[in-house]
Amino acid sequence: MKISIKGVRGSIPISGPETSLYGGNTSCVTVLEDGWILVLDGGTGIQRVTLPDISIKRIDILLTHLHFDHLQGLGFFGPLFDSSKEVHIWAPASATLDLRTRISRYLSPPLFPVLIRDLPCQLSWHEISRSYFEIGPFSITSRSVIHPGPTLGYRIRHKKAVFTYIPDHEPALGPSGLLLDKKWLSGFDLISEADLLIHDAQYTATEYLEKIGWGHSSMEDAIKLAEFAGVKRLLFTHHDPARTDSQLSGLQQDLLQTHGSGLNFEFAKEGMEIDLG
Amino acid sequence: MASYEIEIILNRQLADCLSIPVFITDTKGNLIFYNEPTNKILGTSFEESGEMKVEEWSTMFKPHDGNGNPVPPEELPLVKTLNEQLPYHKTFWIESLKGNSEKISLTSYPIIGQTGKFLGAVAIFWESKDL
Repeated sequence: MKISIKGVRGSIPISGPETSLYGGNTSCVTVLEDGWILVLDGGTGIQRVTLPDISIKRIDILLTHLHFDHLQGLGFFGPLFDSSKEVHIWAPASATLDLRTRISRYLSPPLFPVLIRDLPCQLSWHEISRSYFEIGPFSITSRSVIHPGPTLGYRIRHKKAVFTYIPDHEPALGPSGLLLDKKWLSGFDLISEADLLIHDAQYTATEYLEKIGWGHSSMEDAIKLAEFAGVKRLLFTHHDPARTDSQLSGLQQDLLQTHGSGLNFEFAKEGMEIDLG
Repeated sequence: MASYEIEIILNRQLADCLSIPVFITDTKGNLIFYNEPTNKILGTSFEESGEMKVEEWSTMFKPHDGNGNPVPPEELPLVKTLNEQLPYHKTFWIESLKGNSEKISLTSYPIIGQTGKFLGAVAIFWESKDL
């Protein structure tokens, strides 16, 4: 199972020499195995997605939620415009509107020139919540996690390797902060004993105090969560768009000094590839 | 044991912020959390007792009306909420741990999750001011 990082920023994409090391695209990660591809989120990083084989017929896009930084690249994803492709879109269910209607708010004029019904690919919609499903060689569990609006995290298993993806998550929301009790910890079922966790870490602990309720985690809380859940490797994502490469590298050094005794953690970079075997 | 749904977790976090007693139950009425102000009603703390089966905690109260007649369980707001998945409110008396009768009001509401699924119920105790 090969994980490829295509977009790491939260909120809005950025570009410039001061962010070229970590990258400026918004959320997108691919998972490859046996000729199958999962695309996690449709932020602007999706423009960097290449199919493992041009003849591949089926592509599955798993959206964690529909905030714009996870969706804004979707309309520019090439396979949507290829009649030979079968594109499956998986996303959290809502009690109000169906998935196609919600996404068409973006994929329709005046925000986008093409209507969903005019896309030539074969589109399938899958509304999920507390779900378990299989796509090719992957076994996937989804759970709601704490973030404004319906939001999912994904736990993807292939053979013995487990990869968990929760790019937007505020498990510390509340007066007690993180509740280190596995029954009361948002996302625990997804994260437990994962070989790789890609998790929200937008803020420093100090910044988080001013952003409580915004739906994101501090780097310190992401580390605590991963350590509590027995994660083997943690990649921070949803980097604050105002954060430069030098600032991220500086934060990495600071965190290694204070939390560097056990867990393997670092900030995700665009272009990074991890093979979980 | 799987983690609770986030709607339950967020209700707990809210309860932890409040200065009034709050219970959270699962769909069967088992008490899965109560906050610190509830300690004086139950005579114990969540840290000490942990979760309680419905048979266990429901016998800790002796609800009755102003004439001392018992209030049947099916008339209690939380029981009605669990049965009907609707909010209820009622003022009645309970026998305190010291044996005194205390007038209270209880508001209960169902936790209906993001996908419309019934996940549990919350009961809030108000010190009665003849609301």
